Amino acid sequence: MQLRRLCAMAAACTPSFALAESPYTFQTPQSPIASHINDLHTWIMLIIVVVFVVVFGLMFYSIFKHRRSVGHQARHFHENTAVEVAWTIIPALILAVMAFPAARLVLAQKNTTNADITIKATGYQWLWGYDYMDYGFGYKSRLATPRAQIENYKDGAPPKSPLYLLEVDEPLVVPVGKRVRILTTANDVIHSWYVPALGVKQDAIPGFIRDTWFTAEHIGTYRGQCTELCGRDHGYMPIVVKVVSDADFKTWVTAQQAKAKAAQDDPNKKWTKDELLARGKQVFESNCAACHKVDGKGGGPFPALAGSKIATGPKEGHIHIVLTGKNAMPSWAGLSDVEVASVITYERNSFGNHTGDFVLPAEVKAARK
Amino acid sequence: MNVENGIHDAPYFVPQPSKWPIMGSLALFFITAGTAFGINNVSIGWYALGLGFLVLIGMLFGWFGDVIRESNHGDYGPQVDYSFRWGMSWFIFSEVMFFSAFFGALFYTRVVSVPELGWFSNTHDYLWPMFHQAWPALSGPKVAPYTPMEAVGIPAINTGLLLTSGITVTIAHWGFVKNNRRQMTLGLAATVLLGVIFLCLQVKEYHHAYTEMHLTLASGAYGMTFFMLTGFHGMHVLVGAIMLSVMLARVIKGDFTPAHHFGFEAAAWYWHFVDVVWLGLFIFVYCL
Amino acid sequence: MTTTTDALNPAHPIDHGHGADHGHGGHDAHDHHHAPAGWRRWVYATNHKDIGTMYLWFAFSMFLLGGTFALGIRAELFSPGMQFWQPEFFNQLTTLHGVIMVFGAIMPAFTGLMNWMIPLMIGAPDMAFARMNNWSFWLLPPAAMLLIISLFVPGGGPGAGWTFYPPLSVQLGAGMDFGIFAIHLMGLSSIMGSINIVTTILNMRAPGMTLLKMPMFAWTSLVTAYLLIAVAPVLAGAVTMLLTDRHFGTHFFNAAGGGDPILFQHVFWFFGHPEVYIMALPAFGVVSQILPTFSRKPLFGYVSMVYAVCAIAILSFMVWGHHMFAVGFPATAQLFYMFMTMLIAVPTGVKVFNWISTMWQGSMTFETPMLFAIGFLCLFTIGGMSGLVLSLAPVDIQLHGTYYVVAHFHYVLVAGALFSLFGATYYWLPKWTGNMYSERMGKLHFWWSMIAFNITFFPMHFLGLAGMPRRIPDYALQFTTFNEVASVGAFLFGFAQILFLYNVIHTIRGGVGPSPQRPWDGATTLEWDVACPAPHHTWTEPPSLALVREGLIAQGLEESTHVEELK
Ligand code: HEA
Ligand code: HEA
Ligand code: HEC
Ligand code: CUA
Ligand SMILES: [Cu+2]
Repeated sequence: MQLRRLCAMAAACTPSFALAESPYTFQTPQSPIASHINDLHTWIMLIIVVVFVVVFGLMFYSIFKHRRSVGHQARHFHENTAVEVAWTIIPALILAVMAFPAARLVLAQKNTTNADITIKATGYQWLWGYDYMDYGFGYKSRLATPRAQIENYKDGAPPKSPLYLLEVDEPLVVPVGKRVRILTTANDVIHSWYVPALGVKQDAIPGFIRDTWFTAEHIGTYRGQCTELCGRDHGYMPIVVKVVSDADFKTWVTAQQAKAKAAQDDPNKKWTKDELLARGKQVFESNCAACHKVDGKGGGPFPALAGSKIATGPKEGHIHIVLTGKNAMPSWAGLSDVEVASVITYERNSFGNHTGDFVLPAEVKAARK
Repeated sequence: MNVENGIHDAPYFVPQPSKWPIMGSLALFFITAGTAFGINNVSIGWYALGLGFLVLIGMLFGWFGDVIRESNHGDYGPQVDYSFRWGMSWFIFSEVMFFSAFFGALFYTRVVSVPELGWFSNTHDYLWPMFHQAWPALSGPKVAPYTPMEAVGIPAINTGLLLTSGITVTIAHWGFVKNNRRQMTLGLAATVLLGVIFLCLQVKEYHHAYTEMHLTLASGAYGMTFFMLTGFHGMHVLVGAIMLSVMLARVIKGDFTPAHHFGFEAAAWYWHFVDVVWLGLFIFVYCL
Repeated sequence: MTTTTDALNPAHPIDHGHGADHGHGGHDAHDHHHAPAGWRRWVYATNHKDIGTMYLWFAFSMFLLGGTFALGIRAELFSPGMQFWQPEFFNQLTTLHGVIMVFGAIMPAFTGLMNWMIPLMIGAPDMAFARMNNWSFWLLPPAAMLLIISLFVPGGGPGAGWTFYPPLSVQLGAGMDFGIFAIHLMGLSSIMGSINIVTTILNMRAPGMTLLKMPMFAWTSLVTAYLLIAVAPVLAGAVTMLLTDRHFGTHFFNAAGGGDPILFQHVFWFFGHPEVYIMALPAFGVVSQILPTFSRKPLFGYVSMVYAVCAIAILSFMVWGHHMFAVGFPATAQLFYMFMTMLIAVPTGVKVFNWISTMWQGSMTFETPMLFAIGFLCLFTIGGMSGLVLSLAPVDIQLHGTYYVVAHFHYVLVAGALFSLFGATYYWLPKWTGNMYSERMGKLHFWWSMIAFNITFFPMHFLGLAGMPRRIPDYALQFTTFNEVASVGAFLFGFAQILFLYNVIHTIRGGVGPSPQRPWDGATTLEWDVACPAPHHTWTEPPSLALVREGLIAQGLEESTHVEELK
């Protein structure tokens, strides 16, 4: 491809544009789209630098030569149709030259068909959920950097790990060389799924599905961050993509499927209150604590559940708000009956709430109707 | 434009320092801050809101009183008259843009978001398979069912009322031009009356919607666009009717001359604008 | 009208204490029997100069407040980890910084300039609606109050960014409502201010000054005012929908009821993109006044400048989607917005080339206003170029939501709008105060700002390219160095503005001596034909046709066929 060659040459003469992991430009591209973006950017920068040199050259020539302190007398011309037409047409042509490769790249980016695997990425405040649509399992991916490293309000914080803020407990795992389609959506507010090295960024919009795609060219781990302001911990929801060989991916998928199966709830199981409480604590901490806080005290716009009228009132109201949501409280209908039942049981009997009652999955099931 | 048509007042009237604008600012400060506190359950906010409205009404009386006095005193030359015309035109244009925002929201939900949620799309397939698009929608993806409005009945009557009022206000205008006091008074009175009947019927319609049709502001895409558009329109009808009533009072007092009645014309322009918005509403909210 | 002089800094010694005989802006009211003195003069003002002055001071205080918030941001970002603020407070700092700078500082500053200068430049006795003019201004302090109150209600200020995207803005606490109402008041103020400007310009020009002979600043003001009348109500509508979503159960931005969060972005950016030109066009106008003056040459290509301004304004309504390239448009929308956005570079380029041709073959001197105008030209072009990079949808996919965007818009807003405002202040300060400012301090302000500005914002391009998201209080370790540099630059830049404040106050209190009526020998517009300082009432009699024509001939807008008759 002509353009690629040209850019490669340009990159060779202007080292700052394309050195590996140079701090001055894009991260080294790891997918075809990312390299195309890189090339396009280099090409545009070349044009811009040329325009820039011409414009600034003329201006500074004039500033140095046509100043009164060197005795220059003003000449009072103020129109010239020929040059005015020229400097309307020439930039337009330059723009057309830029627009053409850009348009082609837009079409390539937007073509999300023929995917090898499809993964749904759901933005939560403030973590990512991944669902492997073709394999029937999913999990959550949270920031792994400990709070102690982040909060430096007082002296004596532990040193920051090298991957500070870019590490998660469970990365997204994808096979190398495969066309991966990412569906994005969100549970609460808009987030954005962004991995620079792979050249993808796609907003995750609550209530809507959007998609994008990439093909990772090399095995490795690539890191990005949420790029749409999503509230308090917007800076703390990184994205880590682990690209593995096809074989490794297969083993990993099998292991995940087995794990998911083991964790699945037996529909005929008789739940005791203690089991529900234990399970509910888990569900609460991974879904609800982001807003209502681990101690159920809430904060800011998020109400306390400790002593809350709803969490200590009739069960029906409690089930209703969790299933349907209210204002800023998202609907949790996506959780399973067991999860909803257990988290409600937990809320009704923790943080100093003592209703003593408990909610069975069957009640939730009935309430969904 | 004065340069082009050579109209120059000598001197152009520049009003004296005035206390009304700052009163208006205070009023709006009380109104906005009061509402902000009120809706966040700080009840003292509602008192501030009430106070703000009182100050605002006082300010409007004072300010327009000054304007009327200056006008009757003959302070406003032809150039000032031009300024008022430009000013009122662009003010109405800004109102048009305000309504465009809501019409834009209506078109967007109808053409983009409701179809995407309820028709063949990834969003529909993965997230809302149970929701099926329709317009007028009978529900939202997660909104309780309700009955949409019919175009026949009150809306059609209201359309007739407003169209008639456009005619009566024009009749009043001919009265101004011919200096026929009787025609002015009757035309204006009829217009105001039609406006008031319109508002009463709208209140009735809203009441019906809330109590019997389960159609509320919270009824998803249909309910919100319906109430916001018709509601803001109704507020404008109210303002227009007030403006015309003031004009009526001034006519009875004998304020206007055939050459000098921009106050009335401004109100009439505004009334026509309100009329046109209603036609848009009738077509896009009720009929289509 | 030949009171020109080259003596910018009269050699006679500075007399700080005894400036009184040169009527300062603050105390020349008593000469007019109607004008009340004391606080009433300002609170009840109907005089365009007084109102302009209030606008400018208000804008400058807001600039300091917004700048202080910026320093709060930069202090936190000096090193990784949370040092000073809680993350939610950081978001509030970012939001209020953006809102206050845009709506509180830049826009009112330009409105203030228009208030002061347009009647003077077009030969009108005052603004068309002098009383409403007062209301436009006095709506701003209550709006600022609401923003400040918002910081102290439970949950704190609005923290959803100056773009207020739902559902985050629906989720936030009471502070958001105060933000929404502040936007309402500022929008009302803008609409009334703009109607006033449009009417004044259309209806009150001096004899002989047809539309295509107005000063360029009047043209850009006219087009800006039109943009505002068209989009400020749309913003009001957008935040109203936000308010009803928050409190009255509507679902405009909520899929559960058939709405869409993206709807807000469309409505917001339909306002928002014209808004950025609302902050840029008056700057173009200012520069188009300053460059010819100090090049001692008429503005090159006046007519094409006018067409370019109009073209930019019209195009600005068709490009809003470039802020939303990452929301997942279909390819057609992506391409449409990309092409339209790129097109704006053409008329903007025409303006840049015209300015350079205005300097070309001139007889340039480099007083502070000229320095700021040239600084504007250089840095705005850089900002425009980075805008062009962003306009390419595929590249924007990498750069959206990163510090590259922050770099882009500070180049066009700080080095564009703000620098032009500094230039305008130095340019017209003699007319406002009757005194000459200290050129040495002015130059120091310029060079210091110029260098510190680039230290602050140039590294942000690199941060963005490498993938640092914006609106984050804390960042990964590889971004540390550039953030340190930017933070140091920001504090240096802030310090330079204290110099500016000092220089202005010093000038009001006498400066380096009284200014002649026409301190710049190349200045040819009407405002230089009134006394210095400008008396409280000017052009109560419209300027004579001869006077107007004299200026137009000097601006190259009319042929001098009847020179004798003018004498
Ligand atoms: C004064 C304000 C101002 C101005 C004038 C501009 C001017 C431009 N802006 Fe900018 N912009 C902002 C303020 C401004 N912008 C703000 C505030 C944001 C962020 C908002 C937010 O998200 O918070 C933003 C964001 C923004 C984005 C979205 C980025 C993102 O969030 O993903 C884009 C994308 O297209 C963009 C593009 C442009 C373009 C193409 C121009 C063009 O008008 C520039 C044209 C000028 C030139 C090109 C230079 C001179 C021309 C020549 C010398 C001619 C020859 C040149 C060539 C032919 C190459 N801007
Ligand atoms: C319109 C004009 C405008 C102006 C003039 C500025 C001026 C500045 N901006 Fe602003 N900025 C915006 C508009 C503007 N900004 C907008 C719209 C956003 C987006 C907000 C959003 O994301 O929602 C933004 C966002 C923004 C960010 C990104 C925040 C984030 O993403 O989290 C940063 C970070 O560095 C920043 C920095 C600065 C700095 C350092 C200045 C400096 O130029 C300020 C200089 C001024 C001062 C420093 C004050 C003057 C001096 C004193 C008060 C005396 C005391 C000081 C000392 C002794 C040092 N700005
Ligand atoms: C995005 C933040 C968020 C998350 C996550 C969240 N909630 Fe909420 N929750 C809210 C908000 C906001 C309200 C207040 C709603 C209102 O009344 O407007 C609320 C209210 C509630 C209430 C009613 C409390 C009262 O007294 O009003 C209950 C019960 C509740 N949530 C349970 C849960 C459960 C269970 C989960 C997790 C499965 C959860 N929430 C997750 C934000 C959240
Ligand atoms: Cu999630 Cu930002
Ligand atoms: Cu834009």
